[in-house]
Amino acid sequence: MDTILQLLLNGLAVGCIYGLVALGFVLIYKATELVNFAQGDLLMLGAFTCYMFVVWYGLGYWAAFALAIAIVALFGAALDATVLRRVIGQPQFAVVMLTIGLGAIFRSFASITWGSEIYTLPTPFSARATRLGGVTVSHEYVSIIVGTVVLCAALYAFFTYTRVGVAMQAASQNQLAAYYMGIPVKRMFSLIWAISAGVAAIAGVLLAPVSLIDINLGFIGLKAFAAAVLGGFGSIPGALVGGLTIGLIELFAGAYLPHGVKDVAAYVVLLVVLAVRPQGIFGAVGRKKV
Amino acid sequence: MTLLEADNLAINFGGITALAGVSFEVGAGEVLTIIGPNGAGKTTIFNLVSRIYDPTRGRLSFCGEDITRVPPHEIARRGIARTFQNIELFEHATVLQNLLLGRHAHKRSRFVEELLFLPRVRALELEHRGAVEKVIDFLDLQPYRDSLIVNLPYGVRKVVEMARALCTQPKLLLLDEPSSGLSVEETEEMAFWIQDIRTLLGITVLMVEHDMSLVSAVSDRVVALNYGLVIAAGTPRDVQAHPDVVKAYLGG
Amino acid sequence: MRFLFKTSYAQELGLFRDNVQRNWYVALFAALLVLPRVVPDYVGDISLVFIYGLCGLSLMVLAGYTGLISLGHAAFLGIGAYAHVFFAHDLQLPWIVSVALACVITAAAGVLVGLPALRMTGVYLTIATLAFALIIQEIFSRWDRVTGGLKGKPVDKPVLFGFSFASELAFYFLCLAVLIGALWLTANLLRAPTGRAWVAIRDSEIAAQSMGVNVAVYKTMAFAYSAALMGVAGALFAHKISFLAPDIFSVLLSIQLLLMVVVGGLGSLHGALYGAVFVAILPVLISQARDAVPAWHGLDRFVKQPGLEPGLFGLILVLFILFEPLGIYGRWMKVKLYFAMFPLYKRATFKRQKAYMRSERLR
Repeated sequence: MDTILQLLLNGLAVGCIYGLVALGFVLIYKATELVNFAQGDLLMLGAFTCYMFVVWYGLGYWAAFALAIAIVALFGAALDATVLRRVIGQPQFAVVMLTIGLGAIFRSFASITWGSEIYTLPTPFSARATRLGGVTVSHEYVSIIVGTVVLCAALYAFFTYTRVGVAMQAASQNQLAAYYMGIPVKRMFSLIWAISAGVAAIAGVLLAPVSLIDINLGFIGLKAFAAAVLGGFGSIPGALVGGLTIGLIELFAGAYLPHGVKDVAAYVVLLVVLAVRPQGIFGAVGRKKV
Repeated sequence: MTLLEADNLAINFGGITALAGVSFEVGAGEVLTIIGPNGAGKTTIFNLVSRIYDPTRGRLSFCGEDITRVPPHEIARRGIARTFQNIELFEHATVLQNLLLGRHAHKRSRFVEELLFLPRVRALELEHRGAVEKVIDFLDLQPYRDSLIVNLPYGVRKVVEMARALCTQPKLLLLDEPSSGLSVEETEEMAFWIQDIRTLLGITVLMVEHDMSLVSAVSDRVVALNYGLVIAAGTPRDVQAHPDVVKAYLGG
Repeated sequence: MRFLFKTSYAQELGLFRDNVQRNWYVALFAALLVLPRVVPDYVGDISLVFIYGLCGLSLMVLAGYTGLISLGHAAFLGIGAYAHVFFAHDLQLPWIVSVALACVITAAAGVLVGLPALRMTGVYLTIATLAFALIIQEIFSRWDRVTGGLKGKPVDKPVLFGFSFASELAFYFLCLAVLIGALWLTANLLRAPTGRAWVAIRDSEIAAQSMGVNVAVYKTMAFAYSAALMGVAGALFAHKISFLAPDIFSVLLSIQLLLMVVVGGLGSLHGALYGAVFVAILPVLISQARDAVPAWHGLDRFVKQPGLEPGLFGLILVLFILFEPLGIYGRWMKVKLYFAMFPLYKRATFKRQKAYMRSERLR
């Protein structure tokens, strides 16, 4: 029983990270219909930026955290303004290739600026744990879960109680009409990219103590795809539910299934979902009206 | 002889009832027009006949055979071709390439034969090209043969869409708002072509149309639709004078 | 400005537009036959270009002509490579039989990926192929008996009909022959109804269906044919690199393949070949450019860093997408048009219109 609770806790924590990255995907997709294959690399940049402020410049953890989020968010907005705006109207694959290329550039930049070794980020939660009953509750995992909950609450409030959320949906469905309605479409897109990049940075910093920082940290984005698809690509709660599910599936697969299945469990789930129910748990499949 | 028969067709999209039980018949060699205000369900009928949607209730039969659950790509082979309200041509291909695709229903070569481009495939290709050229002559599309669709004006694109449907050598042609977006001259030409299609090519035509002058000029019978139900059927003059039809268009 | 005077329908069915174009290609073929004599040191590299060309052809059929973007084609390359090596070495089958079997197995894998793909559109398909590739890579690492697992597997040189193709020169001609064969077969398909159906699926599935194209069957056929070509390419690739290991067939290789077709120019066979040449030449150019950089404030140390190369690839990809989406072939066409229309060429001929985003969800 204790093992199961332990696995549950770890799985939820890992799942939260997948959920956050998937959340970033879904935010951008819902608003601009672009799939950002560089989301994982933005996570990596966030982790590295925080590391840089803490280890190189000696700032406190929370100050570095806030700075990292702000810088990466601004970077995301700048990315949209300079590069991504130009590919609007082009077919999907062009954007896919563009974001893949950007991801490669980010990895290269990270390896040049910070080096290609593995680094650790000292945090107030590192290597501390409490024992609750028979379960070792690691503070790092708790920080991830709490951080995710806080972030999601904030985003929910932002989208429900402001006009921005509706404006974003309008801009995504018919850009020209949104312009006519007075929605500052370009600013909307930059804002959504900033939010998405910020979410990725938060996920990166939360993940850093658990899975050390190196330039390939971004490959977690591939598993987050599975989470986003499982939850339904257009659905924000779906992204989180998908992430948690994949996290749990992975950890339980690692414990009970043969060696090696854990690494591909997420992808198998992805293929099964796409084959059986492509719209995921919460999504809806649209159909062209002829 | 009845070519197409729709029996109590109904379809719901979630909570919206698009068609609530529509029945009509299309006789061989006639031109039947479906009219009705926007949202009445006219294009939905076409989408049901082309099997893009599945009906919730009801039956469709063509030439005596039940086609209610036939897969969409089978429809062209059986002899039904359609045009689309918002033109669905292949934008970056030439007119000729678009029309040659219309011949796909008559493809008789196999994959391995095509892989090696055997003489049989070459002969079949020349045959397809001949058939396409006949349609090009019929609709006067010679000057546009090698133009990319993306460079053509809207009126010409509508004609190419119709030409592509004709290339399948159908028995029944579904025209979805053939005169929408066309000028007065182009609409008159369209009327002549629809008459020629019926008389010279012997193809039955089922049309959705809003332009009443075109409807009166070309149709043998008219069916009026509103809120997913048939409200009148008969000759063009009878239907246009029918009180329910007048109420549907002008409000009551 | 040349005007093409057509006198029969059969003229448009041919592989070449006219005799002039055919003669150019014959000259190119003759040049390739003589090339090993001219640059004997690079014969091995050019063989690799031919193999990449075959890969580009395969991906062009799927992504460029049918519109199904695959991020997992390295997996098919790996399946072809490992299957061929298993049949040729472990089972000691004749070379041609082994390649044919590898081709069939890879085609079957293509069908396997294609079947669930029938229900997916656009980016979902891309993600699915990515997931498939990652799973296959894991299988390569685990299935020790067939693939040698993480230890890797050495590959001998090919032996056909008793002749050994161990020499670089013989291998060069073998690859050239296979590439020309594949080009001929693919060009045949593309001028036949199958090719038209593929292009129709790319541009408008609903219209294709209404014209009688069984979209499911044709998509599967596209996957199967593309995978079959990759299977043959995998066999040749195995011989070329002489040692198979699972981490060769990674996501990065898939991305490189996709980069090949995008940079070359989606939608034309020429594009596949231009892309192959580009991807093969680029590392050489980069390393030569690196050596040429002066030692100015440590700039030469900066450019010699190993982490820079993938970034450069990414940058080139981004620049092509932003500024020349039609690829190298597209640029070549524009240049030819400039000279054909000289001096009447207008700079705005290819200016892209300001586009607004349509909802692609509803395709």
